[in-house]
Amino acid sequence: MMLFTAEGLSGVVFIGFIGITLVGALIAVHAERLIRSVCGLAICFIGISGLYYFLHSPFVALMEMLIYVGAVCVTIVFAIMLADSHPEKQVGKRNVLTGALSFAVASIIFLGVLILARRTDWLACGAKENNGSMMEVGKSLLTTNSMVFELISIVLLVAIIGSLVLARSGRERS
Amino acid sequence: MNILTISNNLETYLVIGAFLFALGFYGLLSRQTFIGMLIAAELILSGASINFMAFNRFLAPDPTVGQIFTLFIMGIAAAEAAIALSIIIAVYRNYKSINTEDVVELQG
Repeated sequence: MMLFTAEGLSGVVFIGFIGITLVGALIAVHAERLIRSVCGLAICFIGISGLYYFLHSPFVALMEMLIYVGAVCVTIVFAIMLADSHPEKQVGKRNVLTGALSFAVASIIFLGVLILARRTDWLACGAKENNGSMMEVGKSLLTTNSMVFELISIVLLVAIIGSLVLARSGRERS
Repeated sequence: MNILTISNNLETYLVIGAFLFALGFYGLLSRQTFIGMLIAAELILSGASINFMAFNRFLAPDPTVGQIFTLFIMGIAAAEAAIALSIIIAVYRNYKSINTEDVVELQG
């Protein structure tokens, strides 16, 4: 029996993470109240963090927890507290039609990508250049990808200043 | 193939990524509020990140590239969330609503 070996138990944990991801994503899309939707999003991100761990990159898993669960979800919760206090309005006929249409479009996209992923036989590379550890990521970030690293910091700075300006200008008028 | 060894298989991750992408697309089209649409957009970005990480783990000769790309996606997503939420708050100040139907006069 394979279940009671190390690989089997890690497989069980992996399936658990898949379940957490999918359930969280479904809650995030289907919950009527936005605050529940954000909680589903946080659950989904925790599951994705586990998947990253299984993909041999604990650093990205940690960053997923820090940035998405710790920062993005909390920011969205703040926006909900500031802006929204009602459940979503149901707008009758248009809503039904929109729901069906968007479901059709999304399932077409899903099936297309699924067929593409299963039909293609992906070619594995020969030798790996390095082992992809945290130290190698740091080296690559400061040598090969240093330009992009600086650019993303400028983008973040511009985004922070821009959001401050946008959120502030409304206060003087009212 | 044993179901317990699917964590070592590329297609598992591709299917999860595709599912998250499609679910996010569905949410983006069907949600009525701006914050709901933002949440769905985060799901789309997560699906893309999972694809990058899976290809990085199984196929890429240099396994740092995909991780760095995912880190950049996270940075972009954080910037996008900050900008979108401040726009949502600015819209809420003027219209007292974040429902997409109520701010229809914003169209060009």
